[in-house]
Amino acid sequence: MGATKLTCRECGADYGLEARYVCDRCFGPLECSYEHDLGDIEHARRRIQGGPQNIWRYHDFLPLEGPQPRTRTGLPAGCTPLVRADRLAARLGLREVWVKNDAANPTHSFKDRVVSVAANRARELGYETLACASTGNLANSVAAHGAALGMETYVLIPADLEEQKVLATGVYGTTLVKVKGTYDDVNRLCTELSGERDWAFVNVNMRPYYSEGSKTLAFEIAEQLGWETPDRVVAPIASGSLYTKIAKGFEEWLALGLVRGRAPIMNGAQAEGCSPVAAAYAAGADACRPVRPDTIAKSLAIGNPADGPYALDLARSSGGGIDAVSDDDIRAGIRLLAETTGIFTETAGGVTTAVLAKLAERGDIDSEERVVLVITGEGLKTLDAVRGTFDAFEIAPSYDAFVETVEGARVRA
Amino acid sequence: MATVKLPTQLREAAGGETALSVDGATVGEVLDGLFDRHGELRDRLSDGDGGLRRFVNVYVDGEDIRYGHGLDTPVSEGQEVQILPAVAGG
Repeated sequence: MGATKLTCRECGADYGLEARYVCDRCFGPLECSYEHDLGDIEHARRRIQGGPQNIWRYHDFLPLEGPQPRTRTGLPAGCTPLVRADRLAARLGLREVWVKNDAANPTHSFKDRVVSVAANRARELGYETLACASTGNLANSVAAHGAALGMETYVLIPADLEEQKVLATGVYGTTLVKVKGTYDDVNRLCTELSGERDWAFVNVNMRPYYSEGSKTLAFEIAEQLGWETPDRVVAPIASGSLYTKIAKGFEEWLALGLVRGRAPIMNGAQAEGCSPVAAAYAAGADACRPVRPDTIAKSLAIGNPADGPYALDLARSSGGGIDAVSDDDIRAGIRLLAETTGIFTETAGGVTTAVLAKLAERGDIDSEERVVLVITGEGLKTLDAVRGTFDAFEIAPSYDAFVETVEGARVRA
Repeated sequence: MATVKLPTQLREAAGGETALSVDGATVGEVLDGLFDRHGELRDRLSDGDGGLRRFVNVYVDGEDIRYGHGLDTPVSEGQEVQILPAVAGG
């Protein structure tokens, strides 16, 4: 068994597992439905543990109809470290914090999970071309997966993206299109293009499959914690897809009895310069009003979040919330994570870490809680964010200069 | 006259048309004009309460009408009103 159909989240209409993302009747989003017959739970866990060291160990819970993709070809994603961060916890006055470091993916962000699923599903459906609208990380991943799988790619990005993300896309040999506008303009263009070209836009017509890839973050966290759910998860929100699908992953496994515990409290993190979901949460609204982004966290700069309504529902139903932090908080968050864990994250991770710090400071986190911080991307892709946040010594190559300048400064301090 | 561009998902309900010329001084009037011609589109797009369903995006010359005045956003001669599904991206 496994995925059986697509179901509209708004009106409940069912469709086959096609290249379709919108309900014909009401324009609502389509989501994969599953039927599972796991049998003995211990046996099912052992089968997962005996699987490959990548997301295909969760193949039964992902929407591919064919056999498990060959795991030694392509660009296998997932099985990233879950690191116990005692020094970070101590700094924040918390008991137990874990960092899920998804920068440790092939193109250094969680996007490899969703693109792996979308690209393989696209091939099953007969597509030869991959495409996407991206704020950067997805661009890297689609271009790289296309190269690994031998598929042509079209990658559309806002023209003002970080140079590192542009370079780390073009290198794979893609058709890279810089659009003069915001991400939301790029997204509108791709939505229109997806109706006119026979391409698999991973986050448009492949979106029901693509988004399921984010569930593997929950599966891994649960497996790495010894088949238990954490008490709380703090994750970033751009479109809201990652945030809601992490929760879906835990819910699916709880319903199947694969994992012990309760559905985690879900905290969402946004940058103040682009916080339509946090603003709607604070206002008690059930829909988001679009905004024009102005933040250093460009990977989260989606002013018109597709899953906003569902992210709001989840924040409220899980007992969590959605907070926003300033650009200065984001820089401080990057430094805090780096200094206490040795993990250098990009601006989105700075947002998430800063929101964790804010929750701790506010006293929202119970002292007994086990908290997981989801770090979605790599600091080397957003170097400008840390430029000027520390000093360095520059000296002549002599012992005296070292003693006088470096050690002297420490004594004087 | 404004030009209304339809997404692929709506074209069958509009007799296969991809774009239509419709009269109206606001987005709401243009959409009403569209619905008068192709009644099925009203069920697909309207929430039955005078608004749009929550996963429908409408743009005037590329600008989301929620940045303007929603359905009261003015539409002038020759502008393009584009209807697209909201569920994309991220």
